[in-house]
Amino acid sequence: MAAILSIRDLRKMYDGGFEALKGVSLDIEEGEILALLGPNGAGKTTLISTVCGITTATSGSVSVGGFDNVSQFRAARALIGLVPQEITLEPFTKVLDTVTFSRGLFGKPANAELIGSILRKLSLWEKRDSRIMDLSGGMKRRVLIAKALAHEPRILFLDEPTAGVDVELRKDMWEIVRELKAGGVTIILTTHYIEEAEAIADRVGVITGGELLLVEAKEQLMARMGQKQLEVQLAKPVEAVPEALSQHNLQLVNGGGGLLYTYDTRAERTGITTLLNDVAQAGLVLSDVQTRESSLEDIFVGLVSTGGDSKGAAEGDAA
Amino acid sequence: MNWTAVATIYKAEMARFWRTFLQSFISPVLSTSLYFVVFGSAIGSRIQEVDGVEYGAFIVPGLVMLSVITQSISNASFGIYFPKFIGNIYEILSAPINFLEVVAGFAGAAATKSLFIGVVILCTASLFVDLSIQHPVAMVAFLVLTCLSFSLMGFIIGIWAGNFEQLQLVPLLVVTPLVFLGGSFYSISMLPPVWQTITLFNPVVYLVSGFRWAFFGQADVPVLLSLCAIGGFTLACMAVIWWIFKTGWRIRA
Ligand SMILES: Nc1ncnc2c1ncn2[C@@H]1O[C@H](COP(=O)(O)OP(=O)(O)O)[C@@H](O)[C@H]1O
Ligand SMILES: [Mg+2]
Repeated sequence: MAAILSIRDLRKMYDGGFEALKGVSLDIEEGEILALLGPNGAGKTTLISTVCGITTATSGSVSVGGFDNVSQFRAARALIGLVPQEITLEPFTKVLDTVTFSRGLFGKPANAELIGSILRKLSLWEKRDSRIMDLSGGMKRRVLIAKALAHEPRILFLDEPTAGVDVELRKDMWEIVRELKAGGVTIILTTHYIEEAEAIADRVGVITGGELLLVEAKEQLMARMGQKQLEVQLAKPVEAVPEALSQHNLQLVNGGGGLLYTYDTRAERTGITTLLNDVAQAGLVLSDVQTRESSLEDIFVGLVSTGGDSKGAAEGDAA
Repeated sequence: MNWTAVATIYKAEMARFWRTFLQSFISPVLSTSLYFVVFGSAIGSRIQEVDGVEYGAFIVPGLVMLSVITQSISNASFGIYFPKFIGNIYEILSAPINFLEVVAGFAGAAATKSLFIGVVILCTASLFVDLSIQHPVAMVAFLVLTCLSFSLMGFIIGIWAGNFEQLQLVPLLVVTPLVFLGGSFYSISMLPPVWQTITLFNPVVYLVSGFRWAFFGQADVPVLLSLCAIGGFTLACMAVIWWIFKTGWRIRA
């Protein structure tokens, strides 16, 4: 598949001399959902703003659907919809007006039917004549999404769309994202909720301190970095890990009712067969066996605390 | 040109005007009436005539200019400062539009509003004095150009301003004195010779003079010079705005 968004060695030095992006390169394929995961201050918003034309890059290039985002900004920006991190809406306007405004701003002819369907999909139709200032925070966020979708973008940026929203809205948001993907829209979302990346992303990029540490398919990332745990539940509890099993580095869990074995899915041999043989040899009776995969969160915390010169990374809240 | 985008910005800006329509209408009517009561009747009865024109009528062009200039600046500067302040300027910055389209929308709407107010003042004034307009086309041209150029200047001030105080500062400290000292309420020939020269450095003099010529056929400075002055001022503002968008000064980090 062709890259719909191609970022090459993008650097951003803010006026104060702070380098928020230290040479980011990234290709995003048409129709995928990419989650950019990183702590506060990692450079996620700066990256998005630079692609969209809100900040100017210090060096590097961005190509959107084959169009350079500076020299061919009209064609490039026409493809992009942006849902900003902060709720920035004019308080006195009405929902329908502000969403219609967004479409016009992109030079698209009025299309009341389309705007109506967007509002309905986002449960905003009943509120179409309400002023922004009379809406709840969650509703305002929906309005921001509606505005970003009003010109039918091919690429949608969602900058921390679920930060500070309730669980219900978050689930709704994921549903909307999946629907958009089904309609062929490419989605890049930033988040510091690992759960979010895990739930909806096809690929995950980890960014910290202005550097992209890695970008990988979610499953692959989890398999590559992941550790699995095997819990052997015993018919009769033991007081300590039997001597015969000491080589396996087991942990006693459930007050002696289970043995926990941690292994690396990357290893050639997981050692499970040997372990189970040894357990039987030791005369223990199994009642059940369970495996658990480590979550993206475990991986992420591991990466950020070891990766790069993570001065700022350690301070950010990663959850 | 992305005309749809221009029209979209223009309409959204005008919507704010309609929301406060009564205010926009009543305040110029009221202040004009007050000027006529104070200057036209109280003082004017002692001044009689300036350059052969009845004083009450003589101040009308200056009065219109004063309001139109102040309104253009405050409308346009507020119009662009507000989205900067709220943060929804992100939409304008990330839309497929160039600086000309943004300016056409914002300054166009601001100019429309002040033009409207200028017309309201003219109508109000005609209730108090006999107004004859000798060069109507030139009058309209001067009026429109003034609305436009000072809306452009307001746009620049709105981008420059970092807070609401600064937004008020330039109009208060620079523009109001220039307008009052620009011959709005007197003819330059009434000043001592030294001041006649100094006053020629005030750009507003050329505007008021040209505008007054359109009414009464008399001017302090040649009309062509007035036209050049306002044309030059418009171009200078456009150049500054072009530079602002090119460098992103105060709008793009
Ligand atoms: N306009 C700006 N001027 C100077 N520094 C900035 C500006 N915007 C962001 N930064 C800095 O750049 C870094 C990255 O910020 P940001 O992109 O917002 O991170 P994230 O979105 O990942 O939380 C932060 O250290 C932030 O303080
Ligand atoms: Mg951010």
